[in-house]
Amino acid sequence: MSKVDIRGLGKTFGRGEREVVALRDAGLQIAENEFVALVGTSGCGKSTLLSILAGLQEASEGSVLLDGHPVTGPGRDRGVVFQTYTLFPWLTARQNVEFALHGEGASKAERRERAAELLAQMRLGEFADAYPRELSGGMKQRVAIARALVYRPQVLLMDEPFGALDALTRRMMQQLLAEVWEAHRLTVLFVTHDVEEAVYVADRVLVMTNRPGRIKEEIPVPLPRPRTPEMLTDPAFVEIRGRVLESIIAEARAAER
Amino acid sequence: MSSDVPLTPAPRARRRRPAALRIGGGIHPGLYLAISVTVFAGIIAAWCIATYGGMVDAIFLPSPGDVLGRLGELASDGTLWDDAKASIVRIVVGFAVATAMAVPLGVLMGSFGAGDAAFTPAIEFLRYIPPAAIVPLAILWVGFDETYKYFVIWFGTFFFETLLIMDVVRRVQMELVDIGRTLGHSELAIVRRIVLPAAAPGIWDAARAMLGWAWSWLILAELVGAAEGFGYRIARARQFFQSDTIFGYLLVLGLIGLTIDQVLRFTGRRLFRWAEERR
Repeated sequence: MSKVDIRGLGKTFGRGEREVVALRDAGLQIAENEFVALVGTSGCGKSTLLSILAGLQEASEGSVLLDGHPVTGPGRDRGVVFQTYTLFPWLTARQNVEFALHGEGASKAERRERAAELLAQMRLGEFADAYPRELSGGMKQRVAIARALVYRPQVLLMDEPFGALDALTRRMMQQLLAEVWEAHRLTVLFVTHDVEEAVYVADRVLVMTNRPGRIKEEIPVPLPRPRTPEMLTDPAFVEIRGRVLESIIAEARAAER
Repeated sequence: MSSDVPLTPAPRARRRRPAALRIGGGIHPGLYLAISVTVFAGIIAAWCIATYGGMVDAIFLPSPGDVLGRLGELASDGTLWDDAKASIVRIVVGFAVATAMAVPLGVLMGSFGAGDAAFTPAIEFLRYIPPAAIVPLAILWVGFDETYKYFVIWFGTFFFETLLIMDVVRRVQMELVDIGRTLGHSELAIVRRIVLPAAAPGIWDAARAMLGWAWSWLILAELVGAAEGFGYRIARARQFFQSDTIFGYLLVLGLIGLTIDQVLRFTGRRLFRWAEERR
């Protein structure tokens, strides 16, 4: 059984003349502990799909199953990281991570310990007591990832988490994410429009069509792990990246016509 | 002895405008102080010239010396302190009740469409009723006791403050709310643990602005039906043509307002240090 099983997913916004069909008959399956990247042109509905899987939006049609159970709303079995900075600015990095453990019945000491562990993994140990305004964009996203992982969700949903970062920071974040995933082994759906990023982090890349979005093509990434920056010039990597790019460019051209 | 080589005049280096005259250029704290003190000194100098120079009648504009002397008398016979105490209690009660009601209601209206629909239309209507117009009705309802002054201050503050707070709450970043949802919090828990703290600095500023207005409603409430207080003393001084008392009290009101505002500004900065922009 797939960890995530989406079939016939449709999403329509608005009514009448303002009606916009964001998704139509989109379907995808993600196996347990698989890292899947979802790529597509802007406005193709990839973020909407992620948002529906997160339980933050309702599907207009189709089924969304998590472990065989329909998704009816958000829940702690899924962790979410957005593109925009979503740290609580009135809390320090540590408190932001600990916030996610409230209501779990964990003791204060335990919360502190688990937060420290995640922050260390995200190489933020020395910034634990810094407020978000004192952190760089990359650091903020690392805290956000730590916050999404600390309560041990089974599925991690990431909506262009590095989209607002500069090129160098992005590269470092991709590297870190690949490492963290290799250590945690959890199911990930990673939405991005950066083809290289998708191929670098994922086991499988799904390409979406233009709006109304559905899955157009599935491209496996049979590259070994751990992924390293040297791979970026590896012929196998370049070939896969080329295939994904070609598929997206075809969509972008179609959109212009 | 001039050179044969014709010299092209060097283009005159355009001098950079001083920072204080450039948009967003800021100002050095020392210069800020110097300019503001100069302006104040200028106003006081003009006042001295107009009065001691005999340019205006003392009934219209008493001299600084007369005003300070009168204030000294009122302070030493206790009148000033009694008036201040009465007025401050009134403003604290009226404003505290208004704010205690405006915060939860404004948060509710800013968070939930149902709260918005239930209260916004009524409040939008009520806020256009000038507090001065409600005075006769308030007197009719509760008479001339203290409740009447609280009510006028409350009436002038509550509606507008609620709308300001609603606006602040609406501007809370929706993704923060979404994060709360993905962490499994209920909507009410999100309001309490995410929306309220996120909106707190804005709510503080809204309340601070409204407190300034509350002074106006206090004076309005005291013009009739009071036996002490700043507004009462000013109205009474007019009857006896004691313009020195009026001016003295105006000075005191300005000073109190300025002081409270600065204290609240400072406290807000201390409380919400996390919200300050990084320079």
